[in-house]
Amino acid sequence: MFKVVHYLNQFFANIGGEEKAHIPPEVREGFVGPGMAFNNAFKGEAQIVATVICGDSYFAENTQDALKQIIEMVKKYNPDIFIAGPAFNAGRYGTACATIAKAVKDELGIPVVTGMYIENPGVDLYKKDIYIISTKDNAAGMREAVPKMAALALKLAKGEEIGTPDQEGYIERGIRKNYFASERGSKRAVDMLIKKIKGEPFETEFKMPIFDRVAPNPAIKDITKAKIALVTSGGIVPKGNPDRIESSSASKFGKYDIEGVYDLTSETFETAHGGYDPVYANQDPDRVLPVDVLRELEKEGKIGSLHRYYYATVGNGTSVKNAAKFGQEIAKELIADGVQAVILTST
Amino acid sequence: MRLELGKIYIKDVQFGPQTKVENGVLYINKEELLKEVGGDERLKSIDVELAHPGEEVRIIPVKDVIEPRVKVEGPGGIFPGFISKVDTVGSGRTHVLKGTAVVTTGKIVGFQEGIIDMSGEGAKYTPFSKTHNIVMICEPVDNLPQHEHEEAVRMVGLKAAAYLGKAGKDVTPDEIKVYETLPLLQQVAQYPNLPKVIYVYMLQSQGLLHDTYVYGVDAKKIIPTFIYPTEVFDGAIISGNCVSACDKNPTYVHMNNPIIEDLYERHGKDINFLGCVITNENVYLADKERSSNYTAKLVEFLGADAVIISEEGFGNPDADLVMNCYKIEEKGIKTVLVTDEYAGRDGSSQSLADSTPKADAVVTAGNANEIIVLPPMKKVIGHPEAADVIAGGFAGSLRPDGSIEAEIQVITGATSEVGFGYLSAKTY
Repeated sequence: MFKVVHYLNQFFANIGGEEKAHIPPEVREGFVGPGMAFNNAFKGEAQIVATVICGDSYFAENTQDALKQIIEMVKKYNPDIFIAGPAFNAGRYGTACATIAKAVKDELGIPVVTGMYIENPGVDLYKKDIYIISTKDNAAGMREAVPKMAALALKLAKGEEIGTPDQEGYIERGIRKNYFASERGSKRAVDMLIKKIKGEPFETEFKMPIFDRVAPNPAIKDITKAKIALVTSGGIVPKGNPDRIESSSASKFGKYDIEGVYDLTSETFETAHGGYDPVYANQDPDRVLPVDVLRELEKEGKIGSLHRYYYATVGNGTSVKNAAKFGQEIAKELIADGVQAVILTST
Repeated sequence: MRLELGKIYIKDVQFGPQTKVENGVLYINKEELLKEVGGDERLKSIDVELAHPGEEVRIIPVKDVIEPRVKVEGPGGIFPGFISKVDTVGSGRTHVLKGTAVVTTGKIVGFQEGIIDMSGEGAKYTPFSKTHNIVMICEPVDNLPQHEHEEAVRMVGLKAAAYLGKAGKDVTPDEIKVYETLPLLQQVAQYPNLPKVIYVYMLQSQGLLHDTYVYGVDAKKIIPTFIYPTEVFDGAIISGNCVSACDKNPTYVHMNNPIIEDLYERHGKDINFLGCVITNENVYLADKERSSNYTAKLVEFLGADAVIISEEGFGNPDADLVMNCYKIEEKGIKTVLVTDEYAGRDGSSQSLADSTPKADAVVTAGNANEIIVLPPMKKVIGHPEAADVIAGGFAGSLRPDGSIEAEIQVITGATSEVGFGYLSAKTY
């Protein structure tokens, strides 16, 4: 029989709601709360030997420490399977489930499964790394989610081949895998065409990504009067990276005051970007964020002025979703500050 | 235009005193074949070897694959513009030595040539592990410019296929397939109630060894135009491409274009197949705009209700594919696209370089970046060290034991974008 460790937050462990969200990690022998449903779904092939519980706020605020403690707790039971949640649409809980599941997978090398609603922020962060069963957005979906999570966990533990997202119920991980179809490509194309002509349902073999195309604004009429801002995805930050912008997959951007700064030097600025050789950017950060040139143009009257703040993030594996969110927030501030034009630099 | 395609099934190929087909065996007089293809001063040597299905043989680097055919009745000859004059082909009768293929190899021209394994894991990915291959090994003189090298080898392949095809001229075919497309108005009238379908046939024309020829004309220089499907069966379109082996269309695949064959299968039953519009994939934006505008206009003018669009190559041509799709759909004409993917070795990256939400019906021939290990072979025809430099290979691809670790991109025909193969991909 496979040994399972289960992770729950304070709410699903029946400890309490938001007022108990600060509790640190603890471990209990056997199952707790929804663990009973999992044990039933395993049908004697696996059993929950321990349940790890942590408050959502505690995990969010002490992620690294909590993760370390939780991994130790899980390790002690030497399980064959790790299950987290399901977290439905609870954002912090979902992120915790996915973060812990990924760490358990990486460090202990055992199969992990979690479950959440498609819009839970944990999904975008970790769907490429782990199997996340797609659930409803609230706990009413427990009855549907548990059998799918249990079945997938057992398959993983037995080393069986994992089917497609449709077959298994997990959220698409976005991994393209080749297989030999039963008909040649040309025949599949003709069949698909005939279905499309007849208005019958057909399934495309490749879903086109939807790109967000932004129509360019009209050109600036008089650049000598314009207030111009610098925004970069090249990771130029004040030395020491005060906002701790991640070197890849950035989750935030920074806003930095360059009042009175005429030149970026290796003493004052650096790049936080982990996706290119940083030597030349660190030697002279103006190479990525051309403050020096814009100051000269400002002095010569060729531009109106350089905006007092610049914005920076790292465009290295940063998800399109995060990038779009940064863009919207930055644009809102720039418009409020009366900026007429922006120079965007990458790497 | 009506063409009878007489298929002579060849079950073995051997060298012999006389080039002939007898009881399903193609015998080749080696000296005569070499004499027929020789005489180009740009080639230092030409040799020929045979490779059969199931043998532990690897052919590398493969430039082109051509099917031996011969014109038996009707105007013109095979490979118009190269081997024959430019008479319009595609009608009358043509014989095919089915089950054979001429494969050209020799010193690498550029970077983008392929591998054919006759057995093992790699054999599953190439259609040319199932054919009896007559391999032309062409070595260039020193310092021959690459485009001349390509041209010289291309001509050897075409000449060899035409020479061998003649052996089938007086042989009674095992099977005769008849294909017919009428002039447009008559064709429309023949099946007035069936949806009218055009095949938009994109030809690789990025230039610099990425060239396709139509009746001898470089496809870079064409304006999109109409071609009868049967013209293609007589070698009106031939490959001059040194692009990634997995998704270029070797001349053999043009001659056997499976989209044309499969559209004909449903012709008169579910659809009225009107013919093909050939277009190109030039690198300049203005060319892309002009060609896609022209393609959409022509498809509309011909009265199509729906089209299949096939791509050749990847990256830059993805833009042509998407423009063609977008502009044709904008005219209210339904599209299905055939492409392949470059989703990274782990399959997690963006597959295409361009996209349109209008492309809601896509057939994929698989992810060309997926890694494969090809076992060592007892015999290698050509130059195994090319594995390290061909597209899809990398330094160290060729291992000391003779095995090759590389992307399936290196395998000739692995991700055919005219759907010649069975490979596809799913999202996990």
